[in-house]
Amino acid sequence: MQDFPYLTVLTGLPLLGAIVVWCLPKSRPETAKIVALAWSLLVFVLSVVMWIAFDAGGDRFQLRESYQWIPTWDARFTFAADGIALVMLLLVTVLVPIVIVASWHDADKSRRSIPTYFALLLVLECTMIGVFAAADVFLFYVFFEVMLVPMYFLIGSFGGHQRQYAAVKFFLYSLVGGLFMLAAVIGLWVVGGHTFDWQALTSSEFATNTGRWLFLGFFIAFAIKAPFFPFHTWLPDAGGAAPAGAAALLVGVLDKVGTFGILRYCLPLFPEASRWFAPWAIALALIGIIYAALLAIGQNDLKRLVSYTSIAHFGFIGVGIFAFTTQAGTGAVLYMLNHGLATGLLFLVVGMLVARRDSANIRDFGGAGKLVPVLAGVLFFAGLASLALPGTAPFVSEFLVLVGTFTVNKPVAVIATVGIILAAAYVLWMVQRTTQGNLNPALLEEPRMRRDLSVREKVVVAPLILLILFLGFYPKPVTDVINPAVQATMQDVGKSDPAPISGTTTEAAVK
Amino acid sequence: MEQTIEYAHATGVLGSVWLLIAIPLVSSAVILLLGRRSAKFAHWLGTAAIGAGFVLTLIYFFSLRDQPNRAVERNLWEFISVGNLKVDIGLLFDPLSAVFCLLITGVGFLIHLYAVGYMAHDERRHTFFGYFNLFAAAMLLLVLGNNYVMLYLGWEGVGLASYLLISFWYTRPSAATAGKKAFLMNRVGDAGLVIAIFTMFAYLGSTNYADVFNGVGGLSSTVVLLMGLLLLLGATGKSGQFPLQAWLPDAMEGPTPVSALIHAATMVTAGVYLIARSNAIFSANEVLQTVVVSVGALTLLIGCIIGAAKDDIKRVLAWSTVSQIGYMFLGVGLGGGAYALAIIHLLAHGFFKANMFLGAGSVMHGMKDQVDIRRFGGLWKLMPWTFGTFTAGWLAIVGFPGFSGFFTKEPIIVAAFEREGWTAWLYGWAALLGAGLTAFYMTRLWVLTFLGPKRWTEDIEHPHESPPIMVGPLVLLAIGSAIAGGLMASPVAKWLEPPLPHEAGHPEPVMSHGVITTLSLVLTFAGIGLAYLLFRRGTALVEQPAGVVVTAARRNLYADAFNEIVFEKPGIFLTRALVFLDNRGIDGAVNGLAAAVGGGSGRLRRLQTGFVRSYAMSMMAGALVVVAAFVAVQMGWLS
Repeated sequence: MQDFPYLTVLTGLPLLGAIVVWCLPKSRPETAKIVALAWSLLVFVLSVVMWIAFDAGGDRFQLRESYQWIPTWDARFTFAADGIALVMLLLVTVLVPIVIVASWHDADKSRRSIPTYFALLLVLECTMIGVFAAADVFLFYVFFEVMLVPMYFLIGSFGGHQRQYAAVKFFLYSLVGGLFMLAAVIGLWVVGGHTFDWQALTSSEFATNTGRWLFLGFFIAFAIKAPFFPFHTWLPDAGGAAPAGAAALLVGVLDKVGTFGILRYCLPLFPEASRWFAPWAIALALIGIIYAALLAIGQNDLKRLVSYTSIAHFGFIGVGIFAFTTQAGTGAVLYMLNHGLATGLLFLVVGMLVARRDSANIRDFGGAGKLVPVLAGVLFFAGLASLALPGTAPFVSEFLVLVGTFTVNKPVAVIATVGIILAAAYVLWMVQRTTQGNLNPALLEEPRMRRDLSVREKVVVAPLILLILFLGFYPKPVTDVINPAVQATMQDVGKSDPAPISGTTTEAAVK
Repeated sequence: MEQTIEYAHATGVLGSVWLLIAIPLVSSAVILLLGRRSAKFAHWLGTAAIGAGFVLTLIYFFSLRDQPNRAVERNLWEFISVGNLKVDIGLLFDPLSAVFCLLITGVGFLIHLYAVGYMAHDERRHTFFGYFNLFAAAMLLLVLGNNYVMLYLGWEGVGLASYLLISFWYTRPSAATAGKKAFLMNRVGDAGLVIAIFTMFAYLGSTNYADVFNGVGGLSSTVVLLMGLLLLLGATGKSGQFPLQAWLPDAMEGPTPVSALIHAATMVTAGVYLIARSNAIFSANEVLQTVVVSVGALTLLIGCIIGAAKDDIKRVLAWSTVSQIGYMFLGVGLGGGAYALAIIHLLAHGFFKANMFLGAGSVMHGMKDQVDIRRFGGLWKLMPWTFGTFTAGWLAIVGFPGFSGFFTKEPIIVAAFEREGWTAWLYGWAALLGAGLTAFYMTRLWVLTFLGPKRWTEDIEHPHESPPIMVGPLVLLAIGSAIAGGLMASPVAKWLEPPLPHEAGHPEPVMSHGVITTLSLVLTFAGIGLAYLLFRRGTALVEQPAGVVVTAARRNLYADAFNEIVFEKPGIFLTRALVFLDNRGIDGAVNGLAAAVGGGSGRLRRLQTGFVRSYAMSMMAGALVVVAAFVAVQMGWLS
């Protein structure tokens, strides 16, 4: 089963779908929607087959394909997946069909073409898959940049209030980051033996200063994408203005490219620089956890609030990556998946609430649980997943990040733990102000606010809820895939887990 | 301590111990998923689930007696396995978890039954039972886990259920706020608990009870102290002990059966369970034990003082819960044989406090949800069953000779006097004083509610006794309140050892046993007599001006004011300041930079209309950077 060119097909398929959907006549939007959905489901099925074909105990990189591309630069179309990429690919293919169903009516009000909207979603899927599947540094860079284009149009053309401002801000921010990366990519090519092959580059040694400069180039691009404090201000604008479905993909997947990039490129390519910069990166991440959580508490706009919670969550991921232990690293990757599910769900549910009220302002709600009890219940569930309540998937990842960090750096873990109290504060206060308490009389005048979740909306939230619960009690299928990749990465960085300080009951640390 | 702790693998009947958690969990899921469609049967399904749990617990309980070391564990599946961190979804059924299971399912069943009647007129009764079952499942997981992560899962699960049930009437702003307050204050404690778990892994490489308890001996005393203090922080949060006590009285916003089951009989005693379960850690450090004892002694007095100043029947009971759990903390802090004393008091308290809360609910049921004891009076004639059963609970809590509390509280007081040196006097007298105060405020509550003249509001014409489905559980709980303590005391102490430590021979108390008991009885009767004399003719209908102490007690000893001034107000200011800073400062700098690069302000806005131009320009800028990078590389600046 391993011989099938999974990654090429997986990348190409959505693009083909996008072309088909785009060509459909504007007058028949329903057809476009159904084709897009069916196409994304097909991609999902293929990705599941790929998951089965992947051998968790096998080589680090599997499903490898390599084709000639630009011989003079030694840039090749090389695709390969390690456990980390595999998990991210699955996240993409799971979320896209869900987002398509969730966005069913999002483009209806827009003056733009409806098929274009769904075609853009499929283009976005293609680029997201490509960026995770690429195993050639230049190919990765290309996908990294191209990914901006469909998202720019999704926000700029189909977004809400202030969409133009948000779209341009998003684009410029990412472009600036991309330029830093481009400089680093070229620098890497020059000093790394005139190749873009990841494998070859990881085995080459750089002078200390060169490594640090190149690391910084990549890191700035990824820190903007993730986003880490203080590069975060584009996200609340973009998340606030994007249509709910696109926002779910933006925060759920696109931002993960940043943390994925750090794990795949910064750490293995520049181990010395990674260790050198780790304290600074952890400091930024830690500030992000506390700072963004406090900002989330202070937000009055639902979508901006969710965006800020994401920045706080990315802080946890950052701490997990730069703690350099197996638990923290595995936790960080698992966090990337779980955050995609939980925050994806939260964005989608908030979107449903906002669509009913035509407002994202929290003050326009109040007591909504009385009118839409099921929707309020799902919002609460998504909130619980966001605050990482045990029993939901994010708990496992947060626990792993914190426990793994604690073994090597106690103050950082303790400060980060304060973040879990703040998380409870922003979630519960948001839930209280929107769904509990006295019913806001203005809601009664809005007929759509009386309609609880429709069947379509239930289809959107149900798979995410089930996945969050399942992975909350049985994360093993995923951790088993992530674990070897993370251990290999830790080896690249040259770090191993500390043994228990007073080890009377267990053997020494893992190999 | 030198003994290595091992648990046998659960076989035979005991292999199915997971059913205890699964049954209420499935029942809860069915009810919540069906929503309104389950309205016709949800209450019976929920009650039956707990009833089945009780029957199963009895079966497991009796099978456990035949096991060689009376402790079996069952690892169901691998939860986390990353590096050398291994955590199983694993259960431990031993004497300690067994008595908790009996309490949770036994008293829980009676309260479920009562709630069938109490919630009959609520249109969301099915949801109530869904949450109630969810609570039972989480609480059983909490006491059945065989490692600290399982305990934490249950710990957070009961926190969630507690939140949902406190804010069950979520359209009331006060209920929503109380639920949030409970969750947040608990999260502060949870942070302590979870860091304690990190410490276990970092120092011992495991979170399993057996590994941790066996490894504690090898740890430095500083680490043990820290680990214990962190666990204690978790315990104080869940159990409403100082300094995290302020949420518990507000939790009375929930329906009364919730107050009885969660905020009196079971969940709030989880802190006591945590410390008793971790006795290997707590017994290993004397400073730690002194801290626990101090928290217990201080909280039991706080509870009494505030309880004496409140006029809301449920809040008086809530503060008495805070105070009684203070006694339990005192017990587990004293260590040695007192661990078992605390657990026995906890069980007896489960009966009498559930009994009184349900009695309060019965009174409210007949009085149009009135909770102000100044507006009751003379109800003994109209609600004879409620009066009789409540009286049993009252006699039990004040420690009237022959009733439960007398057999369970008294030994803790004696144990406090067994400490060494002057601390025996300090903690012993705190416990004695608490006994007197308890007698006073509980008698005040009892007299004002049931005796004396009627002081009802005008809209109440015929207060009525509650229906049989509510009275039945009351009667059973009243019997338990009266006799449980006396019957349980010595067999349960024996049953609990191990896992609780063996009493290694008493040191002599600083006063003789007889003197302590006499003093305690004198104080109790003084409290009862004083309260009776003061309140037999009723009390003023509105709050009277009062001295410093009473005013402070009415304001919960200013704990809420403290939280508001120290945490809430600065917190709100900080978030507002940060929002301003983020919008104007960081983002402003970015926009300013963009504008400067683009040449003049307002440029950014114009760029939005000319996307292609901006793109091209950015590409230009990008190309410049690239060229610069190339030059840098070629000139060797980077290498």
